[in-house]
Amino acid sequence: MTSAAWIEAGAIRETRDRDVVQAERREQLMLALLSLPALAVMAALLLVPMAWLLGLSFIGDDGSVTLANYTRLFADGSLFTSMALTVQLALGVTVICAVLGYVLAYAITLMPGWAQTLCLALVALPFWTSALVRTYAWLVLLQRKGVVNKMLVASDIVAEPLHLVHNLSGTMVGMVHIMLPFMVFPLYAGMRRIDGDLMRAALALGAPVFYAFRRVYLPQSLPGLVAGIVLVFVLSLGFYITPAILGGGKVMVIAMIIERDVNLHLNWGPASAVAILFLVSVLGLFAAIGRFLSVERIFQGRG
Amino acid sequence: MNQDLPLRKQSGDVRRLAAEEAAVAHTQPLSIEIAGVSKSYETFRALDSVSLHLAAGEFVTLLGPSGSGKTTLLNIIAGFARPDQGRVLFGQEDVTLRPVNKRELGMVFQNYALFPHMTVGENVAFPLKVRRVGKQAIAERVAAVLRLVRLDHLAERSVTALSGGQRQRVALARAVVFSPRIVLMDEPLSALDKNLREEMQVEIRQLHKKIGATTVYVTHDQREALTMSDRIAVMNKGRIDQYGSPEEIYNAPTTTFSAQFIGETTLLPGAASDDRSHVVCDGCRIRSAKPLPDARDLVVALRAERMLLPEECGETTNRIPSRIADVIYQGDSMLVLADVGSGQRLSIRRSLRVGLGAPLPATGEQLMLGIDPADVIVVRAN
Repeated sequence: MTSAAWIEAGAIRETRDRDVVQAERREQLMLALLSLPALAVMAALLLVPMAWLLGLSFIGDDGSVTLANYTRLFADGSLFTSMALTVQLALGVTVICAVLGYVLAYAITLMPGWAQTLCLALVALPFWTSALVRTYAWLVLLQRKGVVNKMLVASDIVAEPLHLVHNLSGTMVGMVHIMLPFMVFPLYAGMRRIDGDLMRAALALGAPVFYAFRRVYLPQSLPGLVAGIVLVFVLSLGFYITPAILGGGKVMVIAMIIERDVNLHLNWGPASAVAILFLVSVLGLFAAIGRFLSVERIFQGRG
Repeated sequence: MNQDLPLRKQSGDVRRLAAEEAAVAHTQPLSIEIAGVSKSYETFRALDSVSLHLAAGEFVTLLGPSGSGKTTLLNIIAGFARPDQGRVLFGQEDVTLRPVNKRELGMVFQNYALFPHMTVGENVAFPLKVRRVGKQAIAERVAAVLRLVRLDHLAERSVTALSGGQRQRVALARAVVFSPRIVLMDEPLSALDKNLREEMQVEIRQLHKKIGATTVYVTHDQREALTMSDRIAVMNKGRIDQYGSPEEIYNAPTTTFSAQFIGETTLLPGAASDDRSHVVCDGCRIRSAKPLPDARDLVVALRAERMLLPEECGETTNRIPSRIADVIYQGDSMLVLADVGSGQRLSIRRSLRVGLGAPLPATGEQLMLGIDPADVIVVRAN
């Protein structure tokens, strides 16, 4: 082939490459267009209300634009106590759910097929009853003359009935019960995907059982664990019914502050300001965590 | 040739070769003794009092179809399963009840079982980290063993980014990096395509020679077993059918199962003649160079590549009247199918070397096929 022909062939190839690139771009655009309906739904149901909420938080009692809602919050220290309590409660629930959920999910993966289905159904079963009913059920169980205290006293484990409810621990019990499925399902889904031969390989190559678990199994199950933790933590932050009933008025979570502000001021402004401030704080918290923990690394199972 | 298997090393590797031989120590291999091992799963008898001796440094293949007990036996040697009866000894030590992570084994799994969250180097370093080897020593050993499997350029790569052949070599490197005295391999090549599998067979064979560890290799592929092994244990229904060198197993099978499972074989049932000089089959009489097994009901096993066409037959050749059913071209060889007696189908394979061999028969032709008495295998009928 002559050099001219070489150059010509090169030019043809280049043109073809350009065509391919253009075609690829067009295809990507078409695919992006396909996601438009989903984006529209997200915008209508999430972004617009959020923007609305943000706007409301700057509107005063008299309908003027003002920062009064925020200055009032900063002046009233109780808000920050409540925020700290809410985060503390959510963290506690998340940690307990993570420990219980991990053990439970792992145990389920070891069972034969039919038992796995049965156990997952049992985990999911509480979803069929409302959170309100379950919360009252715990109240019945945990109250001063409830089933648990009666049994404890009757079996001489304690002399006096314990204060099991109308406090933080009672609230946690109720919330853990409601939140546990949200931890178990992502964990179980992740653990199912772990190749059983990996642990066998680690053991065969001489690793002690706990070492093999820590270095091989745990990193593989991290994506599910992180998904469960985020889910449980975020949902726990917004709890209202359970702390209201099982907290006995002592557990003032942020949702209760918001509700109080709506009733107190007969105006959306102050309550909106609380919601926005809390949202920003939580986003800040996640940003801070994200700095130390790379999400991509976790989801490659490389934690 | 694909890029992850450069068959010839680049020039200038001689110095490096010497270094890697020195760094990957030749181990002191251990013998393995399996004494009367039985194992049942519920009603299924996976192993039925199996006894086997593997000399130190030997490459032994457990060969059999699925369900023959070969994997169960490997799991018992590894310590993943406890035998119901019998003992396993490494050297002089009884390890029957020793947990798997105390057995000091190198193990390669069917699907490689590489840790997906670690790099190639971290995977290979794992057994050394477990053994609390120093950082410097780990780096040296990992580098040496990766050179041995020719993956030194990929040490930093994630194992999920590797091809099947490369993953296999990482698994091999990880299994031998701590110089184990025993290495176990559970169908390590079954996930690879045919060409790559054949190259890896040779590579594993050479690796075994360099490392020197006693190796137990499980496969259902008879050619793989013949290629790689010092000795083959043919397994069937939870028992060792036959145990011997590849030549013994191929040339002198002792059971119909061994005879049929290995090689391209036609079995002709028959009976010993009254003077025990030959076997009377349906439509032919076959004489063997070796004495017949001590039984009346016998089976003649005929290897396809040992069969002769009429022009090649001599004075002493056994004659088998037949009718050619089909002649099939297969590239390197021709497969001729012939009907014998009342409907027995016989395979004849002719290598297609240039300028050699008799002209091929045509479909429908009536022929006297032949087989030399020295090539006749006779086993007891089941």
